[in-house]
Amino acid sequence: METNTHYDAIIIGGGPAGLTAGIYLSRARVKTLILNEGTIGGQMVLTHEIANYPGVESISGYQLSNVMKKQAKTFGCDIKSNITIQSMDLGNDIKTVVLEDGQQFSANAVILSPGGRSRTLGIKGEAAFKGKGISYCATCDGDFFTDKEIVVVGGGNSALEEAVSLTKYASKVTIVHQFDHFQAFEHAIDEAKNHPKINFKMESTLTAFYGNDKIESVDIKNIRTGQSENFKTDGVFIFIGYIPNTEFLKDKLELNTYGEIVVKPDMSTNITGVYAAGDSIAKRYRQVTTAVGEGTIAALAASEFLNKNKNNINHELLFQ
Amino acid sequence: MLYTNLKHIESAADHAKILSENENVMVVCGRMGPMCIPVYGIAEDIEEEYKHVKFCDMEFDNPEASVIRNLPEVRGFMGIPFTIYYKNGKVVKATSSIQTRQQVTSILNEQFGVAVKA
Repeated sequence: METNTHYDAIIIGGGPAGLTAGIYLSRARVKTLILNEGTIGGQMVLTHEIANYPGVESISGYQLSNVMKKQAKTFGCDIKSNITIQSMDLGNDIKTVVLEDGQQFSANAVILSPGGRSRTLGIKGEAAFKGKGISYCATCDGDFFTDKEIVVVGGGNSALEEAVSLTKYASKVTIVHQFDHFQAFEHAIDEAKNHPKINFKMESTLTAFYGNDKIESVDIKNIRTGQSENFKTDGVFIFIGYIPNTEFLKDKLELNTYGEIVVKPDMSTNITGVYAAGDSIAKRYRQVTTAVGEGTIAALAASEFLNKNKNNINHELLFQ
Repeated sequence: MLYTNLKHIESAADHAKILSENENVMVVCGRMGPMCIPVYGIAEDIEEEYKHVKFCDMEFDNPEASVIRNLPEVRGFMGIPFTIYYKNGKVVKATSSIQTRQQVTSILNEQFGVAVKA
C-alpha cells in the first residue's frame, strides 16, 4: 500500500500561477508540492515569444517556464509533472489528493491553478485524424498543407489571424463559423475578408470528418437552414477558444456557468483553505502577468491561513 | 536548436549510431512549438523510469532529419512532432502530433517493456 506524504500546501497546476505560488510558499519555508498533469509551464510553455513580461525584453515561454521551475525548486518546492489525479477531497481540514499510480498526498491548504486548454469540436473522428489532417497549430503544421485546400474553424482573433497566416501555404482557406458575425478585432476581420484566398461559411458548424489515412472531406451543417453538405478538404485547423481544466472540481467547489473557479479578491474559494489562481478562475484578462499576480496573492493568503492555524511558517520571508 | 534536456540527434550518422548502440530508442522529431514541447516534456519526465529506452530529439527542419521525414511509417503524417519508436534499429511504432503521457507510456510498455520504478 502507498504511504501518504503530508505537505503544508499542495498546488494543483504548474503554469505561471502555480509556479509563482510555489516560489512564494517555498521561500517562506512552507512545505509545498506542485502537482501538474501536463508539462510544467502550462500554456506559457507553448508561447513562442513573450515580449511583455516586465523586466525581460524577450524570452520564449519554454525558457521562462524553466526559470520559474528552477526558482521554485531552489527554494525547496517539490514538483511532480505529467501525473494524473485520480481523486481529491477538499472538504475536510486535511485535504487529500490521490494520483492514478496510487501515490497519496495531503495538505492543510490547496491552491488550484489547473489552467486551461484549447477547446476541441468533440466530433467523432477528431482524435483519430489529429496529425493526419486536423491541427490546432498553424505555425507547427501549416507547411504540410502547401497548395492544399483547408478549412479553419472559429471566429475569434486566433481563427482569423491564423487563417490569414495559413494562406502562405494553402491554395484556398474556408473559414467555418457558427455565428453570422465574428468576435475578432476589426483589423483581423478586414484582413481575412479582403484576402483573395479566403472564403466563408457563416452560421455553420462541422458535424463529421471523413477519410482513410488522412482527412478527405467534412460535413458542414448550416445552423439556420439545417442543411448539410459534404465538403472536400485536405485539412482542418481548429481555433475555437479555451476551456478551463476544472472538470475534476465539479461538485467540489463553486464554479460559474463557464466552469471557471469563483474566487474572492484574496483568491480564496468557497471552501476553507482552498485558493485558486491563473487561467482557470473567473476573470476577464488571461495573461502570464495576471497569473503571476494571482499566484502571489493566493500564496500570501494561503500562508496567512496556515499561520493562523498554527503552522510553523516563517511569515516574514514572504514579504521580503 | 531544440532547447530540451534530451539527447540531440544532429545528423543522419548520429541517428544511425544511436540506433546501432541502443536496443530501444524513441526519437521526437519536431520544433520548439506548442504541439512538440509537451512531448519533449513527457520524454524528459519518464527518462529516469525507462532506463532501458534511449530518449532523443531531432530538429524537424534539419535537412538530415530526412532519415525520419522519409520513413514509410510517417507517410500521411501532417502534424509534428513525428515520434518514432525503434527496436533493434527497426521502426515498431510512429505517431503524429501531440501525445499524452498515457499514450506515450502505453506504446513504450507494449513495445519495450514497463518502467522500473525507483
